[in-house]
Amino acid sequence: MTSSTISLTPESAWGKSLRDNSRLLRRNPLVILGLAVVVVWIMLGVFAPQLAPKDPLKQNVVDRLQAPNPAYPFGSDELGRDMLSRVLYGARITIPAGIAVIVIGSVIGTLVGAVAGYSGGLWDELLMRITELFMAFPTIILALAITAALGPDIRNAIIALVIVWWPSYARLIRGLVLEVKSKEYVEGARSVGATGFYILFRTVLPNCVSPAIVLATLDIGNAILTFAGLSFLGLGPDPSSPEWGRMVSIGIDFFDQWWMWLYPGLAIAILVMAFNFVGDGLRDIFDPRLRK
Amino acid sequence: MPFYLYFFRRLLFVIPTLVGITAAAFIIANAIPADPINANLPPNALNNKEIVDAFREKWGLNKPPLEQYLTYLGNLLQGDMGVSIKSRKPVLDDLKQFVPATFELATFGVFFGILIGVGFGVVSAIRRNTLTDYAVRTFTLVGVSFPVFLLALIGLTIFYSQLGWVAGPGRLNVVIKPPPAVTGWFTIDSLLAGQWSTFANAISHIVLPALILGSYVSGIIARITRSSLLEVLSADYIRTARAKGVGERTVIWRHALSNAMIPVVTVIGLSYGTLLSGAVLTESIFAWPGIGRYMFRASTSQDFPAIMGGSIMIAVVYIGVNFVVDILYYFLDPRIRLG
Repeated sequence: MTSSTISLTPESAWGKSLRDNSRLLRRNPLVILGLAVVVVWIMLGVFAPQLAPKDPLKQNVVDRLQAPNPAYPFGSDELGRDMLSRVLYGARITIPAGIAVIVIGSVIGTLVGAVAGYSGGLWDELLMRITELFMAFPTIILALAITAALGPDIRNAIIALVIVWWPSYARLIRGLVLEVKSKEYVEGARSVGATGFYILFRTVLPNCVSPAIVLATLDIGNAILTFAGLSFLGLGPDPSSPEWGRMVSIGIDFFDQWWMWLYPGLAIAILVMAFNFVGDGLRDIFDPRLRK
Repeated sequence: MPFYLYFFRRLLFVIPTLVGITAAAFIIANAIPADPINANLPPNALNNKEIVDAFREKWGLNKPPLEQYLTYLGNLLQGDMGVSIKSRKPVLDDLKQFVPATFELATFGVFFGILIGVGFGVVSAIRRNTLTDYAVRTFTLVGVSFPVFLLALIGLTIFYSQLGWVAGPGRLNVVIKPPPAVTGWFTIDSLLAGQWSTFANAISHIVLPALILGSYVSGIIARITRSSLLEVLSADYIRTARAKGVGERTVIWRHALSNAMIPVVTVIGLSYGTLLSGAVLTESIFAWPGIGRYMFRASTSQDFPAIMGGSIMIAVVYIGVNFVVDILYYFLDPRIRLG
């Protein structure tokens, strides 16, 4: 197929609706607020080495369990490590982990769903039954079993979460592919001799991505919460690592030293809230029924 | 469609899922490169070939995987889930002890979740696009963003440490003896035995963890209630009802809400899974002796019989709840009955 043939890919629905909806986007202050907070968190993570007042791993037993004070604005933990620095460095673990889970999970889910929906028949049955099996387990239970078996560290926690995450995308994309497959322009592509592979990836899939992107944005918060939950249970990074969920679980043993669990906990909550604000706003834009 | 036909058709769909779940649990427990021998024998026994071989023989670790699976499935049908490597007790006995605690907690959680969620959703829909609506929607969004363990810690600090309104971790105070086991729910068993003080203590222990679990799902329930109610309120039959002069209160509670509840019931079924997940974290903070803690301990010691038994049990509970939801549709949605 050469570039001189008529374009078989209609203008991306994503780009078009973004332009149509930029006005709506501007009218929804929570989306803007959420975006701003997400950007700030990413910046804090990127520049943590420059911003953090102290080394997040450096122990200083003399200053252990200090309540927040000018030298330790967020207090210090049971080994005298600076909580503020640890919370800042935590962004470097949690944000990439959450995004990795969503990106890898949605790509796998999209491929499975697209193949199932497009080929139909036996493949569809088989792939969707497998998908449903994974959905029959509550998220953290499955992730718990997988991480425990693989051994606790960040990479394995991400692998476990990807295994838990892809099915919802597979289901969503399959439904969309089924719908788009019967449209006239797909028929048109087929009639001029486009191959199945070309039709699926150039004609059908581009028209299915925007709901998946909305789901993904709404989901990042969830992925971050589950990741934090896993490492809270001790199935993520090792205890010395400045990971937020892990810091909270250590803080429980020092219940009265509230700064040890409150700040990392709030860090998770604020980041997840920001992602949820963005995802929620995007959904309102893409699902006009909710707007009225 | 008559009820019995609908019921058996739904039930028929459940069976392949159940078989698949046992397979999935088996694959996870076995196909992953982890060595139960390393996890369960003391280091100095690992060099002793006799001990290692005896261990392997005892737990059938030397048979091919398919044979292991079929053996497991056969035993499962007879109610035998094997013996936990860690607790050295039959897994089924362990589960009988731990599952009711989680089921009790999750059910109280769902109750609070529905109470808060449906209430907020209705208010939000009736006053849509007012300040109340925005406040409720923002509040629910904030609620689902808090990690459940942070809510638990804040809740414990305020209502247990500071105000002393509720009891602390555990299902009962240490000095109180559990009621004679009938259902395994301390709240129900204590009532059955007529032990009022035990009942009061059980309630005071369950309120906070259940509220926290409930708030975890109330956000999504509120959101679905709102959008579903808004959709129904713009339907023709609602206009008809209003035109007939039916009062606004009756329109909403009788005509609209009963129809708006169908998607809400679906979400409640699905959120039971979220709740079971949340229960793992809540249980670890509230020292609640439930399936979540059991699974956690089994996972960290690679206790495969316990991991398999536990995850199968949880999946069965989850599927069971969604089966009940399917059955509820029959009564909620007249289209199924008449179609």
